[in-house]
Amino acid sequence: MLQAESRRVRGALIAKLRDILPRQFVLTETEQLRPYECDGLTAYRQLPWIVVLPSNSEEVEKILALCTARGVPVVARGAGTGLSGGALPHPHGVLLSMTRFDRILSVDRANRTACVQPGVRNIAISEEVEGMGLYYAPDPSSQIACSIGGNVAENSGGVHCLKYGLTVHNILKLEVVLMSGESVTIGADALDMPGYDLLALMTGSEGMLGVVTEVTVRLLPKPAVARVILAAFDDLAVAGNAVAAIIGAGIIPAGLEMMDNPAILAVEDFVHAGYPRDAAALLLCELDGTESEVEAGIREVTRILELQGATEIRVATDEAERQRFWSGRKNAFPAVGRISPDYYCIDGTIPKKRLGEVLTGISKLSNEYDLRVANVFHAGDGNLHPLILYDGSQAGAFERTEALGGKILELCIAVGGTITGEHGVGVEKLNQMCIQFEMPELDQFHAIKKAFDPAALLNPGKAVPTLSRCAEFNAMHVHKGRLPFPELPRF
Amino acid sequence: MTSSDISVELISTVADAFERGTALEIQGGGTKQFYGRRPAGSLLRVKGHQGIVNYEPTELVVSVRSGTRLSELQQILAEAQQMLGFEAPAFGADATVGGMVACGFSGPARPYRGAVRDAVLGVKIINGRGQQLRFGGEVIKNVAGYDASRLMVGAMGTLGVVLQVSFKVLPAPEVTMTRTFEMSELLALEQMNIWAGRPLPLSACAFYADRLSVRLCGSGDAVLAAGREIGGDEERDAITWWASLREQGLPFFSQEEPLWRLSVPPATGPMNLPGDCLIDWGGAQRWLFCEHSADALRQVVRDAGGHATLFRGGNRDSEIFEPLQSVQWRLQRELKRAFDPRSILNPGRMVEGW
Repeated sequence: MLQAESRRVRGALIAKLRDILPRQFVLTETEQLRPYECDGLTAYRQLPWIVVLPSNSEEVEKILALCTARGVPVVARGAGTGLSGGALPHPHGVLLSMTRFDRILSVDRANRTACVQPGVRNIAISEEVEGMGLYYAPDPSSQIACSIGGNVAENSGGVHCLKYGLTVHNILKLEVVLMSGESVTIGADALDMPGYDLLALMTGSEGMLGVVTEVTVRLLPKPAVARVILAAFDDLAVAGNAVAAIIGAGIIPAGLEMMDNPAILAVEDFVHAGYPRDAAALLLCELDGTESEVEAGIREVTRILELQGATEIRVATDEAERQRFWSGRKNAFPAVGRISPDYYCIDGTIPKKRLGEVLTGISKLSNEYDLRVANVFHAGDGNLHPLILYDGSQAGAFERTEALGGKILELCIAVGGTITGEHGVGVEKLNQMCIQFEMPELDQFHAIKKAFDPAALLNPGKAVPTLSRCAEFNAMHVHKGRLPFPELPRF
Repeated sequence: MTSSDISVELISTVADAFERGTALEIQGGGTKQFYGRRPAGSLLRVKGHQGIVNYEPTELVVSVRSGTRLSELQQILAEAQQMLGFEAPAFGADATVGGMVACGFSGPARPYRGAVRDAVLGVKIINGRGQQLRFGGEVIKNVAGYDASRLMVGAMGTLGVVLQVSFKVLPAPEVTMTRTFEMSELLALEQMNIWAGRPLPLSACAFYADRLSVRLCGSGDAVLAAGREIGGDEERDAITWWASLREQGLPFFSQEEPLWRLSVPPATGPMNLPGDCLIDWGGAQRWLFCEHSADALRQVVRDAGGHATLFRGGNRDSEIFEPLQSVQWRLQRELKRAFDPRSILNPGRMVEGW
């Protein structure tokens, strides 16, 4: 678009948006737009054209219908805590901030559900229903800030998802506005719905299919007791075997987390959780349930850990100690942020049994790219978060970091895993999507998108790469002979 | 364990049907042929596509070809003290894994351990263009691309021929105990939902003819403690009873059809509908033998926040499933087109015309 033409179109659009929303909720000045230029992935920035802050679904319907009529792209944004650039603005698009949708509309105690607006913070739901002995299970580490609408868009998990599931397992119903401006109910207050499972399709669709204006979540009874065990190992592979042994014994821990030595040192320096500084790997295993059930479980897990060769085992004796054990893991990201000017969080998932080989591969790549990596691992479900430490003020450092991140993700695919366990593709992993999926599969994704948004105006350019981009990427990629681990079978 | 991969043959048959625009009726073991609208098209037999492709008990994941018998899969999981949590009904010894996924039926454990779709991690399918596609994977957390895997559950083959499915499996419970109570329907519905709001190891709650049956599963300690907490009488022979409920083998199910399945919010009170009703899923699934007009019945269920399916019997050329509202209908129609542009896969099995 030519600059003069662009200014004219923008001016006319602003005027129309001000017919829909009060003046203060249509932001147009650069200093007002600045806070929206990125999400949690701050390496990617783009000033939006216009920001709007609606507060009810009628306003959203009107805004989307207007943008459709004018062919203007729309990007929806929740709390902006996403880590893959899914809410990165479009340079000639409207950024739809959902933060004013911040009310818990109702709680149905008998049916154990809560109906909330998408801007409600994840943790606020559990806080609201605490007195009823209920809670909302998915607990991403950003839960004090992230919004439930964003959780739906990314299918967020958390440390408890091995036992209690992801967002897709814990929601019942969505109110959604399509890009056409039409509203549609997806899911039901019952446990299933007629027709295709659009609820599953919407969950994790990264804001590409519709804008969520209401979410009905499932609430679970709070377990009577939760206790955590800390175990240290002098070898990462041995710790990996211990994880397999626990699960193989028929135990599903409420949380099962692992950290490598660089991560242990970083958090120990930061929060003084009392972790053994010389351990090669540290395992946290939380069990919940009834008093007697947890007692028996703790005995069994302790026995397994001893048998597997843990060098140290500690069971938290009270709630304060339990919180202290967890504080290290929960502060792993900021702790790493303290020891390096910048860090980049990777989000691959691997079959658990391949952990040893993947960590060895990462360590080789880390040497090759001359960048330090600390690893935290949702060991129960195979979701690995390598944190790459770099200094963004050095020329080329970020590019090298991104390249290393890409290699790590390719390694995850090569061992039968995936390029994103919970952070989404966004703008960040479009190239890796070209490796994970074949062209007909990507084509099928585009066809799904088209069924919901024929003009491709909602969050364009995210989540699913174009076929031409992949053709170009794959050609470059294999041509240069940089395909990692050529000895491994690719599937 | 039989293992045979006939995917090449299946792909070529679907590609050929796409070229010609001819309809295919997809069939696994043929045990759920009674379900859905009347099928049409030439038979595409999937049951020859058999075998466990990958099973790692410590990964909690099993990948299996769609023609594999459900009973065979269950036996292999049981040997490792694991199970499919959703307790799918088979409705016959020939039931296959593909048919289980296509129909999406879950058994009595569904409210407490999740549905078929909750356990699906990945699929391989043939879409209506005859292309083999793979979505999801063999890991528990995976958000790359749209969730087309779970979309296959309950789609009755209309979006793709399911070739292979990866499931998350669960450890089999150490102990199972059933307790029964004499009470009214109203009280039973209240009681089931009060218990579901407490941290109890529930795995099923059903009610029929003034009798509430509650199944507890888990570690020995937890089940004993929960049994003491909820009271009632211990039912010794309950395993057969729950299996008969799941497989619709109880005397209740031998009444004259049509049989309706009502899916409602669990705490919904007794339904104001004529006919004999059995309550499963802690109140969320109700089986009803009822001659009432479909429209009137559906209205009552809709008002309760649910939907009704004509499960067995009745007119199979009519609306078997809850009619979709306009925007919803269009979205689903477009989605069908996206996977099966010439409408060759089980056309009309779910919705008239496509």
